[in-house]
Amino acid sequence: MIVSIEQLDGIAAAYRQKTGTYSKIVKICCGTGCISSGALKVYEKLNEAIAAEKLIDRVLVKKTGCHGLCERGPIIVFGEDEILYQTVGKRNLDDDAKLLLKTIQDGTVAENLLYKGEDKTKRYVSPRDIPFYSGQTRIVLAQNGILDPEDIEEYISAGGYRAIHKALQMDPAEIIEWIQKSGLRGRGGGGFPTGTKWRSCRDAEGEPRYVIANGDEGDPGAFMDRSLMEGNPHAVIEGMIIGGYAIGSDQGFIYVRDEYPLAVQRLSTAINKARENGLLGTNIFGSGFSFDIKIFRGGGAFVCGESTALMSSIEGKTGEPRAKYIHTVEKGLWDKPSNLNNVETWACVPHIINKGWEWFSSIGTPQSKGTKVFSLVGKVKNTGLVEVPMGITLNEIIFELGGGIQGNRKFKAVQTGGPSGGCIPGEHLGMPVDFDSLTKLGSMMGSGGMIVMDERDCMVDVARYFLKFLVDESCGKCTPCREGVRRMYEIVDNICGGNGEEGDVERLEELAKAIQLGSLCALGQSAPNPVLSTIKYFRDEYNVHIRQKKCPAGVCKALTAFMIDPGKCTGCMRCASECPVICISGEKKKVHAIDQSKCIKCGTCYDVCKFDAVKYE
Amino acid sequence: MEVDTAVVNTIIDKYGKDKSYLLAMFQDVQRQYRYLPKDAIQHICDKLNIPFSKGYEVATFYSSLSLKPRGKHTVHVCLGTACHLRGGPNILNTFERELNIKRGDTTENGLFTLESVNCLGACALAPLVRIDEQDYGKTTPGSVKKIINEYGEST
Repeated sequence: MIVSIEQLDGIAAAYRQKTGTYSKIVKICCGTGCISSGALKVYEKLNEAIAAEKLIDRVLVKKTGCHGLCERGPIIVFGEDEILYQTVGKRNLDDDAKLLLKTIQDGTVAENLLYKGEDKTKRYVSPRDIPFYSGQTRIVLAQNGILDPEDIEEYISAGGYRAIHKALQMDPAEIIEWIQKSGLRGRGGGGFPTGTKWRSCRDAEGEPRYVIANGDEGDPGAFMDRSLMEGNPHAVIEGMIIGGYAIGSDQGFIYVRDEYPLAVQRLSTAINKARENGLLGTNIFGSGFSFDIKIFRGGGAFVCGESTALMSSIEGKTGEPRAKYIHTVEKGLWDKPSNLNNVETWACVPHIINKGWEWFSSIGTPQSKGTKVFSLVGKVKNTGLVEVPMGITLNEIIFELGGGIQGNRKFKAVQTGGPSGGCIPGEHLGMPVDFDSLTKLGSMMGSGGMIVMDERDCMVDVARYFLKFLVDESCGKCTPCREGVRRMYEIVDNICGGNGEEGDVERLEELAKAIQLGSLCALGQSAPNPVLSTIKYFRDEYNVHIRQKKCPAGVCKALTAFMIDPGKCTGCMRCASECPVICISGEKKKVHAIDQSKCIKCGTCYDVCKFDAVKYE
Repeated sequence: MEVDTAVVNTIIDKYGKDKSYLLAMFQDVQRQYRYLPKDAIQHICDKLNIPFSKGYEVATFYSSLSLKPRGKHTVHVCLGTACHLRGGPNILNTFERELNIKRGDTTENGLFTLESVNCLGACALAPLVRIDEQDYGKTTPGSVKKIINEYGEST
């Protein structure tokens, strides 16, 4: 049981002594991305090789949380950012294991496992030099990719659980004051000032009070919270304990998506370890303050990310939201004062307590403080997680950290804010990323999903995609959302199918207004945003679909035909062998042809052709 | 399927007969039987002293619960935004063609159930497919057949 700061120091010193005996430390990223790229096989193979060479006492191979550059996984880092290897084991596991062993034994750097630069000639040894990492300011992700998330001693040796000790010496009102002055705003998308929320909950009448971490990260294209829960669960727990003390609550809940089994497992392990060490439970640090945390798994319902729906789900009911005439800080879970924050918000709290509110508020813009983690995905070269100071421009994120568009195609739009956000076109890439700027553009920062689209993406299809998503995920409680979004979907689906009519765009705008005004919760109120933003910036594309019955991006199947240009086709057979319905005929070195009656317009031939011989119309 | 009440009782007791954990109990039953049998819902509702209609409401609200028996392996094709843009719908179509079933159905031999999911959160590896607990990243129509073959013959 840990009851004093000296004991934390002791654990940290013992951990450093233990790891100090190793001459090499090898960190294998075991986030979900790298695991699906084969990280666990690399881990096993490397351990076997090390055992065979009798190096077990000298080399520590450990599993860490997500390192961020998921596109290039599995990622392996040697020591303190000395060497970063990428896509390890993707070509040949045995060969790569030998290269790893060689690096361990004599420090030889394996050139072909290094990250390559844009021009393919420059190779980067240390992650510190790779633009994807060097352009980031990592605070909440700082320990991701370094710590073993299942090892509480390592978290403590990295300064963990000291913020609680410090907070327990402070007056709860003073902690709330700090959070308020730090300028921390909710990372889940709402952007509500966290200190204000805490104060309202503390001041609300009723006992007991509850604190809740929202880990129901349902926005498609977003996985920041997942990586935090998987990669540094103790930081979330520590933030919640501080929040519990400040608000006057002794019970916390973490609500995690059912789709994130690894996050549930790592959080459970972390909670158990914290309990064993007396950091959760009764009389924490001998202060008289008690706090514990329970995990709830979601059931695959997007709407449960909404605070009132989430609380209803914890109560064992269906996750339907309610009108918020009375805020959840007053009457939330079981009608008791409840303070809900996003996972990333909780993870910011220990840093603010450790380093002070002045430090936190010195980062970012006047209205949006600190850093924000974004999941940069879609058609960008370096997909993965980036943490940047608020106020950085979209351009910097996409073209400097992200390395630009895959296949050097043309940038078309970036979608932020998930199904509640919108698509931002190229002319606004200079816009700073913060809570308020993106809202002015008709999108929102949201929880941090950033999906990059290129010229081969159809904006009408994207609008249809989000409407379909929302039709599926509407809980059905209120009519504007249940029926209105469905009607919008039908109109857009008609446009994509070549049955669009003049006046459809105006009808969409009219419906959108009604849904925004009449829906019960934020899911419905913001549901029209993806459509409205695509109409705002890409109205021409809607018009071409409706009037000319054409899809300029070649996505909408009813409006697209793929053809082979006889002048360019070299007869390489590539498209014919990749075609899933085998509708491309032709022999080697002879011009191929597509059988239009069989073609399912999947575009595979277009994507695989190296000679630009496949066209679409 | 015959529901073993002893198994269900163990699950109920694990959560201290707490009604808040209704969804968790259903999920645990589903893990056991690969779907949520109606008899199990009834049994849990009786034990927790809540009306069957309440339990049924919860069971049909959450999309991760299935009241239909599932195949030996559940294929989840991710249709999150990143997967959608990088060809997720084509991957789903390919599974439908190769397994000769539609989304939501189970193959005749009971080997596969095909489902789509709205985001698995491994967007950097789009398009993603999850079979049971194994993830497959950067799938292509060509790789679908290979993946299916890992689990035995296709239908």
